Amino acid sequence: MKFGIVINEGPYQHQSSDSALQFAKAVLSCGHEIQRIFFYHDGVNNATRLTTPPQDDRHLQQQWTQLAQDHGVDLVVCVAAAQRRGIVDVDQMKRNGKDAHNLAPGFRISGLGQLIETAIEAERLIVFGD
Amino acid sequence: MSDELTQDDDYTDGIVKKLMYVNRRAPHGTIYALEALEVVLVGAAFDQDVSVVFMDDGVYQLKKGQDTKDLGVKNFSPAYRALEMYDVEKLYVEKESMEARNLTVDDLVVPVEVLSAHELGELMDTQDVLFNF
Repeated sequence: MKFGIVINEGPYQHQSSDSALQFAKAVLSCGHEIQRIFFYHDGVNNATRLTTPPQDDRHLQQQWTQLAQDHGVDLVVCVAAAQRRGIVDVDQMKRNGKDAHNLAPGFRISGLGQLIETAIEAERLIVFGD
Repeated sequence: MSDELTQDDDYTDGIVKKLMYVNRRAPHGTIYALEALEVVLVGAAFDQDVSVVFMDDGVYQLKKGQDTKDLGVKNFSPAYRALEMYDVEKLYVEKESMEARNLTVDDLVVPVEVLSAHELGELMDTQDVLFNF
């Protein structure tokens, strides 16, 4: 089965990204495929590499990055939602004249069309929200 | 949204799915309604079988006469009238949600089809994809 996953809430404030991460790992461990994981609304906040949780807490951004590195999962952050919330890659930094970028490894910024494409291409679309 | 509108749909040639967007939250107070509308508008370029539902406080998204000046946020409710130009024509409002808020179809900025919770449930059953906002 080919899954698409959407994450609509930021880390720590909501359980949504924890649940999505556990779901994604379960999907892969059962031999299924993840077509893409799309981060929307405050979900884009999962993608900042500046995240610094207390040392005895889970590090969600690092776990997402690890997931991408271990399994080649496509982690896509919505550009419009990211711009509103200050999630910036090198390209966006240059384009918008910013002095820094913070997109974590394993993530990429792209458009909402990628979300629609996932809805069409995946056999199941699972949305994690509030 | 210019970045998004340049996305093409070459990868999805030939596949037509039933996509339903379900709006359940008030237009202001959170950004869900506005960002949901952005998904609907971008999604319209993909030539899918699209419908949009307004239920719970989401019914308020279509309320006529919204004045957001004192809130300091954009009033995007006129954009719902543009959905027709994007060939997004199937708009549904849940009857129970509308009546609980003392609204009628005359209070809404666009023509909609009113469905009971039961009918809406049946319609959701026929969809390929549900987006919840």
